[in-house]
Amino acid sequence: MIRIKNLSKTFDKSCNVDALKNVNLSIEAGDVCGVIGMSGAGKSTLLRCIAMLETPSSGSIEIDGRDIFSLKGKELLDLKKSLGVVFQGYNLLMQRSIRQNIAFPLELIKMPKDQIAKRVDELLSLVGLSDKAEEYPSQLSGGQRQRVAIARALASNPKVLLCDEPTSALDPLTTRSILKLLREINHTLGVTIVIITHEIGVVRSICNKVAVIDAGEIAESGLTKEVFAAPQSQAAKQLLDNDF
Amino acid sequence: MTENIAMLLQGMWETLYMTIASVVFSYLLGLPLGVLFVSTSAHGIAPRKKLHTVLGWIIDIGRSIPFIILIVELIPVTRAIVGKVIGPTAAIVPLVIAATPFVARMVETSLEEVDHGVVEAAKTMGATGWEIITKVLLPESVPSLLRGMSITTITLIGYSAMAGAVGAGGLGDIAIRYGMHRYDVAMMNVTLVLIIVIVAVIQFAFNKTARRIDKRLR
Repeated sequence: MIRIKNLSKTFDKSCNVDALKNVNLSIEAGDVCGVIGMSGAGKSTLLRCIAMLETPSSGSIEIDGRDIFSLKGKELLDLKKSLGVVFQGYNLLMQRSIRQNIAFPLELIKMPKDQIAKRVDELLSLVGLSDKAEEYPSQLSGGQRQRVAIARALASNPKVLLCDEPTSALDPLTTRSILKLLREINHTLGVTIVIITHEIGVVRSICNKVAVIDAGEIAESGLTKEVFAAPQSQAAKQLLDNDF
Repeated sequence: MTENIAMLLQGMWETLYMTIASVVFSYLLGLPLGVLFVSTSAHGIAPRKKLHTVLGWIIDIGRSIPFIILIVELIPVTRAIVGKVIGPTAAIVPLVIAATPFVARMVETSLEEVDHGVVEAAKTMGATGWEIITKVLLPESVPSLLRGMSITTITLIGYSAMAGAVGAGGLGDIAIRYGMHRYDVAMMNVTLVLIIVIVAVIQFAFNKTARRIDKRLR
């Protein structure tokens, strides 16, 4: 599904810091893959590269066999349609109602109005916010806002959902309900999920695969149960040791 | 007495006419200029370093010229556009030229307030630069743009009074002719009160509207 090959990213402005060094990672269709690491390890940069918010310095990312950085025009738009992104800070439009927020990506792909209304209703019920349709983001709690963001990311029926620290701003109870929602989305809709996190609990509860990232490099990756049962790398051991 | 009232009403109308017309025209020019300026900045949606720098110069030079000098400098331009250099309509030309760079800066400040994360979210959904401007940046900053517009409007009332000194008409013209040239302090104070009332009403109306439409304050 997603093949990351020899990916490197250097930010020249901040004194040649290597954010990513020669990253190789494969994510299969239907996976829930956790990318875990300490702050500054490069995990967000990795996700931003997959979401095409950053251009890598070298290497490639293929999604369904197509190099995403070589796409243009219609193909690029189709690819973006097949990727949904969920951010730590929700990034909702504050002047739009919940309904209008979820409708936003559908407006961008010029879906007819009556179809948008129908699709938004489906998504609202999927994330359990049907009664909040006409409210505004400022009236919602953090967990509810993240549900809106997830609904918005799913609007165009993406194959992949990229989540950048989706629960890091939420309390443990809300975190659990968001993770439960993501698991349901993976099971019922078959959406492949990539989750960036620094919380080992997030990986343990919903990820079948994990990649441990340390100082811009993948220290170790594989099935979550195997990596967690017998961590090989120093970075993975450290993360597990710190998990009280 | 009735003559004076008629004159004050005429002056008030001229002041409002000059102000409203120059607000409209300076936004027609300043809003696109501000949007272009923000979009071409290094972290904007279409970075163009040279164009951004040049626009910055134009805006800053425009803002540096004292208004009273600008009126004189622009006399040939005003004559070419309006056909005369005296009267409220003629004053609109220098008022618009003075206010446009001011508006561009106001627009810049408002658009910069929009959370960058929201723009990134729109990018991941495949939004084009134009869609980011029209569907994200501008709608998200409407309350702030309105507050900027109230500042612009009130500044333009002050400028229009200055234009009155060179024959533009309006309340400023009355205040200068009666108060300064004829020592009619009462007349000057009446015009002053009228200007204060106009400013207060405008400020109130803008504040109320901005608050009413701002969905962040629910």
